[in-house]
Amino acid sequence: MNYIEHIGKYYMMLKQVFRRPQKARIFYDALLREVEELGLKSIGIILFISFFIGGVIALQTALNLDSAFIPESLIGFAAKRSIILEFAPTFCSIILAGKVGSYITSSIGTMRVTEQIDALEVMGINSLNHLVLPKVIATLFFYPFLITLGMVLGMFGGWLAGVLSGLFSGVSYIEGLQTDFNPFLIAYALIKTLVFAFLIATVPSYHGYYVKGGSIAVGKASTQSVVWTTILIVITNYLLTQMLLT
Amino acid sequence: MIEVKDLRKGFGNVEVLKGISTTFHPGKTNLIIGQSGAGKTVFLKSLIGLHHPESGSIAFDGRLNTNFSIEEKRQWRQEIGMVFQGSALFDSQTVEENVMFPLKMFTNQTQSEMLDRVNFVLDRVNLKQSNHRFPAELSGGMQKRVAIARAIVMKPKYLFCDEPNSGLDPQTAIVIDNLIQEITEEYQITTVINTHDMNSVMEIGEKIIFLKDGIKEWEGSSEEMFKTDNEAVVNFVYSSNLFKKVRQAYLNETNL
Repeated sequence: MNYIEHIGKYYMMLKQVFRRPQKARIFYDALLREVEELGLKSIGIILFISFFIGGVIALQTALNLDSAFIPESLIGFAAKRSIILEFAPTFCSIILAGKVGSYITSSIGTMRVTEQIDALEVMGINSLNHLVLPKVIATLFFYPFLITLGMVLGMFGGWLAGVLSGLFSGVSYIEGLQTDFNPFLIAYALIKTLVFAFLIATVPSYHGYYVKGGSIAVGKASTQSVVWTTILIVITNYLLTQMLLT
Repeated sequence: MIEVKDLRKGFGNVEVLKGISTTFHPGKTNLIIGQSGAGKTVFLKSLIGLHHPESGSIAFDGRLNTNFSIEEKRQWRQEIGMVFQGSALFDSQTVEENVMFPLKMFTNQTQSEMLDRVNFVLDRVNLKQSNHRFPAELSGGMQKRVAIARAIVMKPKYLFCDEPNSGLDPQTAIVIDNLIQEITEEYQITTVINTHDMNSVMEIGEKIIFLKDGIKEWEGSSEEMFKTDNEAVVNFVYSSNLFKKVRQAYLNETNL
């Protein structure tokens, strides 16, 4: 199957996904389950990675701006920009594409190969709407919150790294964080997050839903879904940056 | 009653079903048999609408499933119960949740009404104490019984079973066969079973269709199957020495 066919099939899938849920109560139950699976269970890894990467960004910036002519507050300013603009929305989304994407593909793919999706269809249930829509809504709702947490903890990690290493003072770092604050950058980061969240929910669902074969096929589909989600995040990141910041 | 006329289905250049016509009557266990690759599963999946036939028609009590409106199709789906080969239970749900799922989805019953119905059907399939267990905690035979309970919980008019005995020991297989036959007679359901278990054929086959290379090679009752001289049926059904002896004994007894 060529790329054009995949794109067409993906859009046909979305058409089925965005239908009115057949039973509101079942949809809300599924939504809460997905918020837990895709969102709450990802908080730990995002906080952990944000904290340490924030620290590394601050240390690297400090080591590369080691000059008497550059104010120390520039370290906090540069770290803030890096974290808000790229690290939190893009890097964290790629991490989530790996963690959540493989979970989505393998869970839906297993349902496909064990005929659970056929069972839903035979009952008269729109299986795409039933399985994928709660995932899309859960990620769109939860990931902006998750990425915002990542931003805050990344900046905190940078501050702590400076204080513990003695490379820069905590006061000048915080001064840098407060310098030239532009709220649009937060909006830009959250817009990117929403687009990435949509990709993280739908691309792996596509790979899982249309898997053919057995357990090996599900494994291959999981790998493919992570690769394609990452590629699409990187391309979309470039296009959104071009559109929103230039 | 289900009437199938000249049903054809292919995948790419391969024609799997080559014009099958037959009728399935209510209150009877109809069996589809044939070698692997004969088109049994494609035929069954075409009947339940998972495959779309290229030509031909399937009428459910006179209603052509190709002419259904969206609402009629939804209604028709609720009249169908299906037992899949691997049971296809939702592994994230308990036995009770699995069986209750169609009720939650398609009825406005209260929780206690749904629970009563679930307990009734679980009792009917002899699974009283397993409400809160997950499918992975059940044996193959128990999973099949849960699948049957889920299939009949909406009081279907048509019950389809794809290899209901596969992977089960002979004793459990007989229990499942008898359960399906009892339910079929009790609720006057039109039951279609896809199998290549010859014990099932002998035990519960009231009408048997033998498929060969996508064509209906033979059809009749289990008694007629003993008498038939159709070479393909005889070679397939009586391939084991045991069944050859059973057939010979039957023919001797009836002086045929």
